[in-house]
Amino acid sequence: MAVQASSGSLGGLHTFPRLLLDHARNRPDAPAMREKYLGIWQTLSWAEVAERVRALACGLAELGFRRGDNLAIIGDNRPHLYMMMSAAQALGGVPVPLYQDAVANEMLFVMQDAGIRFAVVEDQEQVDKLLEIMAQVGTLEHIIYDDARGMRHYTQPFLHDIQELIEMGRIHDRNHPDVFDNEVRKGHHDDVSVMLYTSGTTGKPKGVCQTHAAFISAAQGGVQVDRMSGDGDILSYLPMAWVGDHLFSYAQALVAGFTINCPESAETVMTDLREIGPTYYFAPPRVFESLLTSVMIRMEDAGKIKQKLFHYFMGVAKRCGGAILDGKPVGAGDRLQYWLGNILIYGPLRNVLGMSRIRVAYTAGAAIGPELFSFFRSIGINLKQLYGQTETCAYVCLQPDGQVKADTVGAPAPSVEIRIAANGEVLVRGPMLLKGYYKRPDATAESINSEGYFMTGDAGFLDADGHLKIIDRAKDVGKLSSGAMFAPNYIENKLKFFQHIKEAVCFGHERDMVCAFVNIDVGAVGNWAERRGIAYSGYTDLAGKPEVLALIRECVEKVNADLVHDAMVADSQIHRFLVLHKELDPDDDELTRTRKVRRNFVAEKYRVLIDALYGGKDSQFIETEVKFEDGRRGKVSADLKIIDAKTFPVVKKAA
Amino acid sequence: MSREIGGVILDLQNISLRFGGVKALSDISFDVREHEIRAIIGPNGAGKSSMLNVINGVYHPQEGRILFRGEERTQMDPHLAARHGISRTFQNIALFKGMSVLDNIMTGRNLKMKSNLLLQAIWWGPARSEELEHRARVEEIIDFLEIQHIRKTPVGRLPYGLQKRVDLGRALAMEPQILLLDEPMAGMNVEEKQDMCRFILDVNDQFGTTIVLIEHDMGVVMDISDRVVVLDYGRKIGDGDPDEVRSSPEVIKAYLGAGH
Repeated sequence: MAVQASSGSLGGLHTFPRLLLDHARNRPDAPAMREKYLGIWQTLSWAEVAERVRALACGLAELGFRRGDNLAIIGDNRPHLYMMMSAAQALGGVPVPLYQDAVANEMLFVMQDAGIRFAVVEDQEQVDKLLEIMAQVGTLEHIIYDDARGMRHYTQPFLHDIQELIEMGRIHDRNHPDVFDNEVRKGHHDDVSVMLYTSGTTGKPKGVCQTHAAFISAAQGGVQVDRMSGDGDILSYLPMAWVGDHLFSYAQALVAGFTINCPESAETVMTDLREIGPTYYFAPPRVFESLLTSVMIRMEDAGKIKQKLFHYFMGVAKRCGGAILDGKPVGAGDRLQYWLGNILIYGPLRNVLGMSRIRVAYTAGAAIGPELFSFFRSIGINLKQLYGQTETCAYVCLQPDGQVKADTVGAPAPSVEIRIAANGEVLVRGPMLLKGYYKRPDATAESINSEGYFMTGDAGFLDADGHLKIIDRAKDVGKLSSGAMFAPNYIENKLKFFQHIKEAVCFGHERDMVCAFVNIDVGAVGNWAERRGIAYSGYTDLAGKPEVLALIRECVEKVNADLVHDAMVADSQIHRFLVLHKELDPDDDELTRTRKVRRNFVAEKYRVLIDALYGGKDSQFIETEVKFEDGRRGKVSADLKIIDAKTFPVVKKAA
Repeated sequence: MSREIGGVILDLQNISLRFGGVKALSDISFDVREHEIRAIIGPNGAGKSSMLNVINGVYHPQEGRILFRGEERTQMDPHLAARHGISRTFQNIALFKGMSVLDNIMTGRNLKMKSNLLLQAIWWGPARSEELEHRARVEEIIDFLEIQHIRKTPVGRLPYGLQKRVDLGRALAMEPQILLLDEPMAGMNVEEKQDMCRFILDVNDQFGTTIVLIEHDMGVVMDISDRVVVLDYGRKIGDGDPDEVRSSPEVIKAYLGAGH
């Protein structure tokens, strides 16, 4: 893309400080940031923000902050902390936001790795953490704090109140009026603009270095796809150290010029959401899930008439709400009913959720259930998914308006190239790729192949419309003996979206067909059985009931019907399955503590069942030892029925 | 700690209080110095709450003198006490259950409002600017006590520990010179107690407020108080810093029974 080639193509707006100054010049009075102070939302205009960033930068310079220095930023989303990012960038330094809820020892590695000399933190709590590890970090020279509360008795000379830094900076600016402008002018689009540390679930955290050009082009792409403008509002409440917040609340805010709103505290986010009524919103799937649950629970307590109205119009929304949002043709009768529902139910509901003004809401980070996803879309909230990682500025795929599907993460974003490797791994290339891992050329070389593609580690494929479907971690993906791809997680997730299925384990690597173990959800299935007058004594008994097996068979067949539509996974239809006689349990080492299936362990432990599935038997006796919570051991045994599920013929398309 | 304990702000001399034939307090003398945290402890029925009620003028002792800032007041009454900067919290929370946290704390500012009832009612002219100013002070207290998230919640819907915090907020809204706390930690769990301790210490430290508190939890008292008075059956049996009190044989006897 042209951005990479020359800085001139951006009209001189090729670094974040330049973007900030541009907004301050062209729309000085437009709101840039909002924060609640003493219960009232206080607005800072772009001119005010620019003035303060200038003072902060000069203050940092006065303390000896130099080009190339890293500035640690630790705290909840606060205007001053966002401003400090710009201030560090203006001087050619690199902001390094850290997760604010980490304990001191977890911060130590990043502080040492990044060679932090300067840190800006939110409050006393964070100051205390840094003081605890200061000796071990070694390089730390200055700590600046935003909130002076509780700091009266701290007399260390290296602690500075941010107000003091601003004053210091203003004096410095008066004496050396050229310093700030000169430093901003020296900034290059290929300079590192921010360093975000990966979570380090696999090994030590790595500092991902992203340039101004990378984040600006990622932000421009998103702004272009969603046609964002300067009059929007976003609630900035996700950790500043997370790539998504940096993209939405910093990069896109500076590119599009919309307003960021900082909640008063973590506990007030829901209230603040209602007060601000953002036009742009991001939340992980579990937040949307808890919103839906709270709506449903409150509806149960509502009066009969309200309940009737709610359920009637939710039916209407389910039928045609999504299509209306997508701009697809809908019959006049449905349109009229939806219009009425919008006045009576959907509008007020959106208002209660604080989503009346939402133009775009995004979710990412985990698979979102299709029911949940379409609920929000059906009541007129434009919820979409995106896909990306820290190394790609959280910018790879976006769902364009009108082409939203629950099970894909959308089409490649502008200027992003996607290729699927032979093993199914998703490879991406574009201007938003990382410059490298900090001080880890080895890791950088490992993650980017010879053609300049970043290897995401995720397996996926592009569907008929060119939308990316993420199915699994690449290392979990296997092959059927026919050579077709086998992604166990993808199929298991589909099964688990059914409320009656709690857990599923699929097998098929180097086999001729896919078979599955299923755990029923004893709560949901128990309830279902009660309503049908089916008596049962416990999990094992319930799991063996013919009616339950038929119920699960229906679910499996629905999954098969769904799988057949995708050429890539059509061969992964589940041919045979059984319902396990016991629940998979972390105490029996079958699940990890975070409730992920330990696939190989399960396969080994239940080898006899797998042999029965593939050996064509109708049933198999099994006895398993279980550990109870109090440490006692016992045995569970059952004669498990093996069920053949209906599969659908695969129609091979000529490629 | 940098706060300086000043001179005597409140001096109670030979206080005796009787209800008919029952002697609630007999011949008790102690003083409270400016900026200190002063605890009154004692077993049930020792006369702790009576003592607090004497200080803020709810009860009038039959004998003895109360010197507040050197001026003698045999008859303190609650209005006068409030006007002179003595505010208190109650053992049984005394808040308006149906009103929001914000409004409850606002009631603590009532004495400070100067405009008349009519102007306040129509929210006009000086009353309006006055109320805005008071609202700002209330918000500072909300911020101080970290209760922003329940600002608009009716008090009756809050858990007990938070109600206690709101009660403290209402007392603080008067900007008191002396804050009387009647069992601020009764019925709280460990975490709530820790929070409350921190707030009491912070109030004392940041605003220099003198604090007189009654408390059952000996551990808490010993940790946060500068000086402790011990009452038993209406008599004073100990007075001094926590260590002195802890090692006094009479106090040990009163708390643990004879033979220890």
